[in-house]
Order: sequence, then structure tokens, then C-alpha cells
Amino acid sequence: MLSKIRKLIVQVDEIRIEMGKEVAPPVRKALAMAVIENPCAGRYVENLDELVAIGEELGGLLGERCVQALGIEPGQAQSYGKAAIVGEAGELEHAAAILHPKLGAPLRKAVGKGAALVPSSKKRGGLGTAIDVPLGHKDAAYVRSHFDAMEARVPDAPRANEIVVAIVVTDSGRPLPRIGGLQAGEVKGEDGLR
Amino acid sequence: MIEIRRVLTQVEDIFHEFGPVAAQPLRRGAIVAVLRNPYAGRYEPEILPMMEALQPVGIRMAQQLLTAMAVPAARIEGYGKGAIIGSAGELEHGALWHVPGGYAMRELLGWKGGAAAYAQGRGGENTGQPGNALAIVPSTKKVGAPGAGLDVPLTHINAAYVRSHFDAMEVRVPGAPLADELALVLVMSAGPRVHARVGGLKAADIAKWDGQR
Repeated sequence: MLSKIRKLIVQVDEIRIEMGKEVAPPVRKALAMAVIENPCAGRYVENLDELVAIGEELGGLLGERCVQALGIEPGQAQSYGKAAIVGEAGELEHAAAILHPKLGAPLRKAVGKGAALVPSSKKRGGLGTAIDVPLGHKDAAYVRSHFDAMEARVPDAPRANEIVVAIVVTDSGRPLPRIGGLQAGEVKGEDGLR
Repeated sequence: MIEIRRVLTQVEDIFHEFGPVAAQPLRRGAIVAVLRNPYAGRYEPEILPMMEALQPVGIRMAQQLLTAMAVPAARIEGYGKGAIIGSAGELEHGALWHVPGGYAMRELLGWKGGAAAYAQGRGGENTGQPGNALAIVPSTKKVGAPGAGLDVPLTHINAAYVRSHFDAMEVRVPGAPLADELALVLVMSAGPRVHARVGGLKAADIAKWDGQR
């Protein structure tokens, strides 16, 4: 394994009632996080291929952990998102190297399809820094009911030379969505947008 | 009386903490149920009915946590519990969790006593049989805002003085508890701290089987 993982954390958040109304079926969001060593910490590294390869590895690992935690078939996944928090001896570009070039393909494999962009966020942070992982429908970015976010944090990470990598997969949109827009049932799922 | 709005589970594997990578990572898990506080917003003298109503909730939560951790019950070595009370409630509402939360995990892990004995405060009594989950379940609680973190203590399930298993797990639910809610927490671990090395009573040396040593 390329990634030097210190911790793996998987959370499932299940919302059954919102504002007194039953949410049926419940909204379920799974978050998987890996705390890894940043091989490029503490100095300027021009070529970030090592981080790109780590991103590819974690896209599959964390995506599969989310799907497994939800107990669903890959095709039942509905929305996804990704994020990274870089410890202070690293740079924002390290998060970009993990998240953007190669993480997507194995994540999409883990969720069955994924025509849409995987929404993302990144920041530098210290121990316990929280990041809100943005969420969008996996096959059509304009599905309004699936715009959401899930907060991710690890109390003792990232250390200065670490990176927290987070992936969220859901089997549902927001609880009680009612602001119109493109519906999940209307998705064509070809161009990633609608 | 019981209206569960939200359930959050968390399972983590700790491979190392900057020392040798463990052959088997430490697995810890937490489950939080966010439910309506029926006593929020007023002083209610009689709150014990809620304690009774929480018994089956605790048992379901303990089972669900074990399932999420994907280990057999025999591998659970540490446990703890806690509560965060939304701002329209009082600390005493969180105290309702002591009996059902503690009993649920001990029941799951093989404690041979009954629910009634536990409710009477005889949960730690050793009846002489080679039992499991003999130790008191450590706990913490507070009144908190949505997203408040709670450091839930963990100790060894059979002997509270086993030093390698003193630990804590930070638990929080973004957006909960609301003012009229309770967030009830159970935590379990499948081993000692990942680099435990400060001596003291070892799990292998438990001899008195009195819940302490």
C-alpha cells in the first residue's frame, strides 16, 4: 500500500425525523476518512505524482468503505463528495494532487456510476479542524434535492506532516427536500449535469 | 415517549500513533442516538418513566454498534457511555442514561445479572460465575449546543483498574442536539491504547473478578 495510514474512520449519519416529520426512508450519509502521512511535507516538491497515486488508492478504499457501511449495492449510492485537510507543513496543492487527478475513477467504480463531477473542498488545518464536504448527485450535478454537505473532522489530526482525506457517499438527498429544480427521477445521467 | 430523530455511528481503526504499526489496529466505535427530550423546557419532578423507556433503546444501540464494529462480542475489551443534553434540558435528564446505557452493553457482552438488579445499582456485583462485563461503565455528560463534542471515557470491561484500557473517544453530531433533544452515546473498543506502555494492572493479570482488579 502506498498510503501510510495512521487512522481510518467511518461514520454513518441516519436522519429519521426532521422538524417533527418522519423522513421515510431515512436519509443516510456515510463518511470515510483516512489520516495519512504527507510524503511531501516540510519542503517544496515540484512533482506531486506520489500524492496523485495515493489519491487513486484512497478513492477506491474510502469509497468502498462508505458503500459497505451503508450496506447497499454500489448502484444504490446517490450522491458523493470529497475533501482534504492538509497539516501545516504541507501545501494546498498537496490536497489538490490527492483529490483531483486520479481519485475519481476508483470512487466512481465503488458507487456504480458517477457521470457527475465529484464536488470537493480543501483547506489547511490543525488538529480537529472541521471541513464541510460538499455533496452532489453522482450522475447529474443539477439535482437540487441532493445539494448537501457533511462535516468531517478528526480530533487528533492532521498533525503538521499529515493529511486527512475524506469521502462521503449517500443513498439519499436532503431530508424533506421541497425547493423544486431537477428531480432525481428525471435524471438522464449522460452529460453529468442533468 | 421515545422519538429518535437521528442515529450516528462511527468506527475507527488506529494503526499507530507515531510508534510501531500495530499488527492488529485498535478498533473503536461509537453510536449516538439523537432523540426528543420529553422534559425539555420545564422542571419535571418525575422523570423515571423515561429511564424505563430507554432500556430497549440501549439494547438496540449496543447491538447496532457491535454490528458496525464488525467484531464478535468476545473481542470487545473496553466500554463507556455519555450524554449531551440540549440547552432546554438539565443535566439530570442525561443521568437517565446511566442505567439503560450501562446495562445494554453489559447485557450484550455477557454480564449474567438481570436488568432489575442493574437498575437497583447492583450491576457490579460479582455473582461468582466467570462473567464478562464486570466493571462499571464509565460515563460523562454535559449540557451542550448542537455540534458540541463529548469526550467519552473508556475502561476495561472486566476490571476498572486495567491501565492499558483507560482511553476516551471524542464524539459529536454536527447539528445536534437541538434545544429539546438528548444525544445518548455508547462507545466500545476492541483493545488497549495502541502503544500502551505505562505499566499498572494488565488485562492478563485480572485476578479478583470484582469489577475492579
